Amino acid sequence: MLKISNVETFYGKIQALRGVDIDVNDGEIVSLIGSNGAGKSTLLMTISGVNKARNGNITFNGERIENRDPHKIVDLGICQVPEGRRIFSRLTVEENLRLGAYTNELGKHFETDIKEVYDLFPVLSDRKTQRGGTLSGGEQQMLAIGRALMSKPKVLLLDEPSLGIAPKLVNQIFASIKNINRDKNVTIFLVEQNAKKALELADRAYVLVNGKVTIMGSGQDLLKNKDIQAAYLEGGTKN
Amino acid sequence: MQKQDIIKSFKDSLFTGLIALALFGPIVGLRTASKGEGLFITPQWGVVFLLVGLCILGRFLININSARRTEFKIFSTLSSKFSSITEDKAKHFAITGILFAVVFPFLPFTDRYFMDVAIMILTYIMLGWGLNIVVGLAGLLDLGYVAFYAVGAYSYALIATTFGWSFWICLPLAGLFAAFFGILLGFPVLRLRGDYLAIVTLGFGEIIRIILINWYEVTNGPDGITGIPRPSFFGLPFKRSPDEGEMSFHTFFGLEYSTMHRIIFLYYLILVLALITNYFTLKIRKLPVGRAWEALREDEIACKSLGVNPTNTKLTAFAIGAMFGGFAGSFFATRQAFISPESFTFIESAIIVAIVVLGGMGSQTGVVLASIFLIGITEIFRDLEQYRMIAFGGAMVLIMVFKPKGILANRKPTILMHGDKK
Repeated sequence: MLKISNVETFYGKIQALRGVDIDVNDGEIVSLIGSNGAGKSTLLMTISGVNKARNGNITFNGERIENRDPHKIVDLGICQVPEGRRIFSRLTVEENLRLGAYTNELGKHFETDIKEVYDLFPVLSDRKTQRGGTLSGGEQQMLAIGRALMSKPKVLLLDEPSLGIAPKLVNQIFASIKNINRDKNVTIFLVEQNAKKALELADRAYVLVNGKVTIMGSGQDLLKNKDIQAAYLEGGTKN
Repeated sequence: MQKQDIIKSFKDSLFTGLIALALFGPIVGLRTASKGEGLFITPQWGVVFLLVGLCILGRFLININSARRTEFKIFSTLSSKFSSITEDKAKHFAITGILFAVVFPFLPFTDRYFMDVAIMILTYIMLGWGLNIVVGLAGLLDLGYVAFYAVGAYSYALIATTFGWSFWICLPLAGLFAAFFGILLGFPVLRLRGDYLAIVTLGFGEIIRIILINWYEVTNGPDGITGIPRPSFFGLPFKRSPDEGEMSFHTFFGLEYSTMHRIIFLYYLILVLALITNYFTLKIRKLPVGRAWEALREDEIACKSLGVNPTNTKLTAFAIGAMFGGFAGSFFATRQAFISPESFTFIESAIIVAIVVLGGMGSQTGVVLASIFLIGITEIFRDLEQYRMIAFGGAMVLIMVFKPKGILANRKPTILMHGDKK
């Protein structure tokens, strides 16, 4: 469905991605793990068209998308939940969701779409007239995911949904990601530093090191992989 | 209050006094007077010490006030008065304000001078509302807004004097021209934000003014354009003695001729134009494009990731903001009957930005309050001539001390759905 081949992205002279190949198939949850600065967010921004790939190509259902504008890519059905949530803090929860529906024929099915989001995250329904900035980190993450869902994506790109969020809420958010994948039939491409959670959730997973994919396999296999255990799972305690 | 607090604030006030001395010493203290052949310096130390003393006292009072708000009633009541103005009350304020504005010309104390001031305030309110779209909603700091005001004024003046078309045809044309210039400015600055955007827009404002000065063949350079036609009341001119076979306003309605007729008409004209600007802004805020402006102000990357096209969004903000600036410009031209580049200097842009920022970014009612406050205060002190800019500066300082986020800093949500009344 989403095929990334040999993508190279630069920030000026600095090369952030050094030929990345990743496939995401329809209906899958694919995780990408890696440490700080490995290029995970850059890859998502490149898929979204915010950063442009200098080499390589990205296809979505056979269509080349690497040179399209970000809003055209959202139109095709690829929506990103950016790192750090980036909700519109002075706008209310409902206005945030309304903006998510911006490309979705200007919110034609707004009423039913928003109900689905409120069913998924009931807490947002309680807070719909509150300003986004007054929500807790976890609620903001739910809002960011809900906002992206309003565009009715086929593929949802998630950038570090666990960042800075209380562990209890992280579990809840990962559970809802699973729900979105299973019930709404949305393909998920998840980028995470929380390797354990990301691998447990994933059908397949990739490891990104210095802008290159080094290991790939099913989520379960990667969880058992010795190198990964040392580097990402227990690295902090055992080294 | 702790003793050390008092000592601390006292020291701080003395430091303020030192700064005041450094500033007022040369500016006020040394006065040059020409006597006979040369310039002589006359010192005015008494005035300097008075000013420095005032600064020390003022700073001391503010310090104590911020340490314990209740002790000094003057400050705390003043600031609580300001902060009690919420958007809810603002709605009542708006309705009474509009009613007052409608009956204003017929109030007993209203004379020619009041009308002129009111027209000026309304012009600034309209400009403030127009700029509010660009600065308050879309968050694009535009320091060259006067350029669109100028484009509107000159388009109107040139079209009206060359083709002799009526105000009602020239007005939309002037708005269109201004909008076109808004897009013209918008394109090169699409990638800029914050300080960089401010600098480029500042430059744009100056470019337009300098073109107006130097393009002598078209704009008549620094001499300006004279004899701009006055607006007519739906075809009825405001003339004392109408031409043969022509009706004028006062003969048609059988009234005694008075110059006030035209002034009152101009007043209602700018009132209606301003209210149209306001109505338009309130409506567009609830449309996707208006909401996209506000989202763009908050976070551009998030907008991109949601499929908002930042290019179009910014350009529409620039174009629509510029259009209203152009309308206000046409009004200015027809009211003055004479325009020259001198009316479109940077200080005008600065005043309009000040109105938007002090009013509270994005708040429509705030713009009204700030215009009345800033323009009104400057007018009240007009008799003091060169000191009236001090009043202007003082008004800005007061707002910044008591309402650092602007008079009305609260943003009103655009949707309250599903019968919620929370």
